Amino acid sequence: MSTQSLKQELTALILNAKDLASLDEARVAALGKKGRITDLMKSLGTMDAESRKTFGAEVNILKDDIATLIAQQEDALKRQEMDARLSRETIDISLPPRNVKKGSIHPISQTMEELITIFADMGFTVAEGPDIEDDFHNFTALNFPEGHPAREMHDTFYFPSGHLLRTHTSTVQVRTMMTQKPPIRIICMGRTYRSDYDMTHTPMFHQMEGLVIDDHTTMSHLKACLMDFVRSFFNIADLNVRFRPSFFPFTEPSAEMDIGCSRKNGELKLGVGDDWLEILGCGMVHPNVLKNCGIDPDQYQGFAFGMGIERIAMLKYGIPDLRTFFESDTRWLSHYGFDPLNRPNRAIKIS
Amino acid sequence: MKLTLNWLKDYLDTSASLDEIAKTLTSIGLEVEEIVDRAEIYAPFKVVEVVEAVQHPNADRLRVCQVKREDGSLIQVVCGAPNARAGMKAVYAPEGSYIPGSDITLKKTKIRDVESNGMLVSLREMNLGEDHDGIIDVDLNTPIGTGLADLYGLNDPMIDVALTPNRPDCTGIYGIARDLAAAGLGTLKPHDTTPIPSKFETPIKVQFGFTPETQNACPLFLGRLIKGVKNGPSPSWLQHRLKAVGQKSISTLVDITNYFSLGLGRPLHVFDAAEIKGNITVRLSRDGETLDALNEKTYTLNDHMTVVCDDTGVIGLGGVMGGVSTGCCDDTVDVYIECAYFDPYRTARTGRDTQIISDARYRFERGIDPAFTLAAMEMATRMVLDLCGGEAGSVVTCGAVPPCNPQFEYTPQHAKKLLGVEIPHATQKKILEDLGFKIESKNDVWVVTVPSWRPDILGAVDLIEEIIRIYGYDKLAVTSLVKHDVITQPAESMARTRTRRIRTSLAAMGLQECVTWSFLDRATAQKFAANDIDENLTLRNPISVELDTMRPSILPNLITAALRNADRGFAHTALFEVGPIFHGLNPDQQPLCAASLRSGEITPPHWAQSSRMCDAFDAKADAFAILESCGVPANSLQVSRGAPSWYHPGRSGVITQGKNILGFFGELHPALVEEMKSSQTLVGCEVFLENVPEGKKKTSTALPLLKLAAFQPITRDFAFVTPDSTMVDEMIKTIRLVDRDVITDVNIFDIYTGKGVEEGMKSVALRVTLQPREKSFTDGDIENVSQKIIAEVNKRTGAALR
Repeated sequence: MSTQSLKQELTALILNAKDLASLDEARVAALGKKGRITDLMKSLGTMDAESRKTFGAEVNILKDDIATLIAQQEDALKRQEMDARLSRETIDISLPPRNVKKGSIHPISQTMEELITIFADMGFTVAEGPDIEDDFHNFTALNFPEGHPAREMHDTFYFPSGHLLRTHTSTVQVRTMMTQKPPIRIICMGRTYRSDYDMTHTPMFHQMEGLVIDDHTTMSHLKACLMDFVRSFFNIADLNVRFRPSFFPFTEPSAEMDIGCSRKNGELKLGVGDDWLEILGCGMVHPNVLKNCGIDPDQYQGFAFGMGIERIAMLKYGIPDLRTFFESDTRWLSHYGFDPLNRPNRAIKIS
Repeated sequence: MKLTLNWLKDYLDTSASLDEIAKTLTSIGLEVEEIVDRAEIYAPFKVVEVVEAVQHPNADRLRVCQVKREDGSLIQVVCGAPNARAGMKAVYAPEGSYIPGSDITLKKTKIRDVESNGMLVSLREMNLGEDHDGIIDVDLNTPIGTGLADLYGLNDPMIDVALTPNRPDCTGIYGIARDLAAAGLGTLKPHDTTPIPSKFETPIKVQFGFTPETQNACPLFLGRLIKGVKNGPSPSWLQHRLKAVGQKSISTLVDITNYFSLGLGRPLHVFDAAEIKGNITVRLSRDGETLDALNEKTYTLNDHMTVVCDDTGVIGLGGVMGGVSTGCCDDTVDVYIECAYFDPYRTARTGRDTQIISDARYRFERGIDPAFTLAAMEMATRMVLDLCGGEAGSVVTCGAVPPCNPQFEYTPQHAKKLLGVEIPHATQKKILEDLGFKIESKNDVWVVTVPSWRPDILGAVDLIEEIIRIYGYDKLAVTSLVKHDVITQPAESMARTRTRRIRTSLAAMGLQECVTWSFLDRATAQKFAANDIDENLTLRNPISVELDTMRPSILPNLITAALRNADRGFAHTALFEVGPIFHGLNPDQQPLCAASLRSGEITPPHWAQSSRMCDAFDAKADAFAILESCGVPANSLQVSRGAPSWYHPGRSGVITQGKNILGFFGELHPALVEEMKSSQTLVGCEVFLENVPEGKKKTSTALPLLKLAAFQPITRDFAFVTPDSTMVDEMIKTIRLVDRDVITDVNIFDIYTGKGVEEGMKSVALRVTLQPREKSFTDGDIENVSQKIIAEVNKRTGAALR
């Protein structure tokens, strides 16, 4: 048989193979140990040198052609098979995926982390102290005279032993001043308690306070520090602020800081308009407080400030009702809570 | 503290506008909370003449009136008032005007087919009184067109100032005027304190009954009798003033005392002299004495209140409230005026003990001007004589003005050091002098004398506050803080950083963070405490009994929260909280705890997943996640039975590290859950963060070098049969110990009980991962390890290979 007709025969066999198994049969028939082309190769040995040379070249070409054709056919068949598989494997992509339940972080925690981020950047560290306190740390050290109306304004919760629930986090300032030497630059935050429960008061709430004590910090530093803070916190670069004289027993001079806002049509907008909103209290630490905490007021001075964490969170995030912070309503937590991946960070945005 | 613009102008000569005054008040620390300009509210209402009033054709009680207005025009108004009649003068509210007493805006209307434009108004409709029997009957001499505000003295804007407790001087409008004058808004007018000559000697004498220790309760008491007065309603100007600042008008004599209290910050008391028996003694009260006070309540006194007495006993609580038996009434003829100084602290204490809130207490407890006593008596006498007639007796004086003009040194350079801005010394001096301070300069040191009305000024920083508040807080510089060092240390404690990591990790696992009260009711609290809760942890004055005891655990609050959510229709919750719990009053007895609580489904029904309810292992996973967030490796922890009583005894555990109890987890005790009115299965955990070791402080930031094994790990599966009671954890630990180097993981992939396994036994299927180190394993190596595993497990736990 001529190589030509063998080629035709094998080509037909290969091209007729409709799946990989029959293609493999065709390959064995052509190139296997007992295959037709293998047989021809074997027959070369019986030929004279001249015929072997010319016929040998012919067979080799045939072998290569057939091998190539088999490879091509294999590719084509694999592609066909994949196409058939893919068309079998179609799913309804509109079905909902498996649930991954998402949790949330409470706005109070989020706000506290924001505050730490901002003040850490100004060189403050975070100090800690207990919720149950004594009269000295909550009042006496802070220059609240016994029986003074200012003391009464605090609506303190008392225990039978005379201990009390701290009415402000200033207690931590006292503890810090009594154990650290100036320079001091701290913030403290946590639970505080006052016996009051209505639309705008809860018996427990959170405060943040700051304290700077060294030999040169003035009220002008206080002003700048707090302006820097509110602008960072509310993400409003030109937020207007106003300082007004006020009274706290532990600071002198004392001030309250207002931020600019608009209250048109019952809607509160920060950073625009001609109205003012009270945001925090502050002042220069009273010399009596320094003295009570073992710091020489002739050598050291500084400022302190404090604010309600729920209040600033309500303003920043538009949360309307203080009481809802403590109700643990899962709908509220989902709505006002924060994504655990959205941690406050100076590099992106405070929040 | 309320004042009106005109009242202020009695004391302050000023051309400043209301707006300027309000802005200045706030900027000097007298924060304006509200301004009510009633002139604006009452502007539309004017006097008209009723020219004609005829019977309404379709209604017996109505009249159709033609009223004449200022411009002479006539307008038709239907009126139902019985006193509406031709020839009267009345007050007309035009259509479109807002009626404050009825909260309506007038529209043109037809009443029973007759057109009516606007209305004639009653006092009640104008919010000026209770009278609604008829329309306001205006004096016929009043010109048509006169505004209602003018008619009733209402064209005087009211300013409400939020007074800080350190400013007793501003509990009188006069003090506010003084501050405004110092701030450059006008000139303070001096008082006329010319003495009133006495016509007779006051017969009612005064004596003190104090000891030297208690004399400071009342160092000075003045009395004066005025005979032959005529009491009764006070003149309308005085009534208008008092009403404008929210003070009821009572009678001329009482109104005069209120006028002094509100206007000058000087409380007085007036006794009906006919009711005083004998002389007056001022002393401390005795336990059990009683007083029927002017507020119609009876008070039982203790032994430290200052009382004013006559021969019958207590007739007044000094500085707080007078007694009803000697109160002035309309037929009082002889009045005895008291003008005294009562100690602030004792007054405050008496106020607290009796819970009496009065204008007098408000002022005395803050500290009134002790030097303004005799002058005030003369001024009050003049006002009584002017308004009520009569003749004045002599002033009876007992005691003396206590020291009230302290002196101290002040160096004006101090202001710059504290404030960071230079304020010229002359400016500082002027501000202080305008506020009433006296200054004597000796070189750079000033000797400052404090005015008697400023008991709050005790030292240099107080003066600096006075200076800067008048100078203006807006003139402070803006000087940003400079960091003292490059920041190389974390800003917060490791404990706080851990709470962040716990939060993030639990929230990422699908739990929602809550913040719940630190207190709850004692009975519930006790169910979550291992020992009896200390009585000292129950508040003396809780907001309610529901919130009276400091929490020994966070769980009860989270359970209550979950149940509240279930009541709202949300039964599947996953909540957590990181916060303090309380074992005692000391700082180290208030540790931080992290707790989680789950209820209902973990996986809801879903086409691709089978649904699953929460179980103890979800709580265990939460506890382990909390501990791993704190840097504690899970394989360093032991779990044993013996969780406290609030957990299900068979489905809960204690997590320990060595001897250290780090937490509990498990299903909550079903009986407890039932008591809390739920039938759900609740699971939770508590981790005590103060027990979790912080770990060694690393000196380097570098991590240990990673050593990658060169050979592939292989796995072998085993199934052991063991009694149901065997803790699988023990098997895992035993296997690990067979060869710590080679055995890198042991994983339970099946627990089977039932057919083929004996009753009371379970089959535990484990997959062990073996990691070759030096060279790949031979079949012999693997067989060797396998046999050791089987033997060790059998030896330790009694489990046999299945």
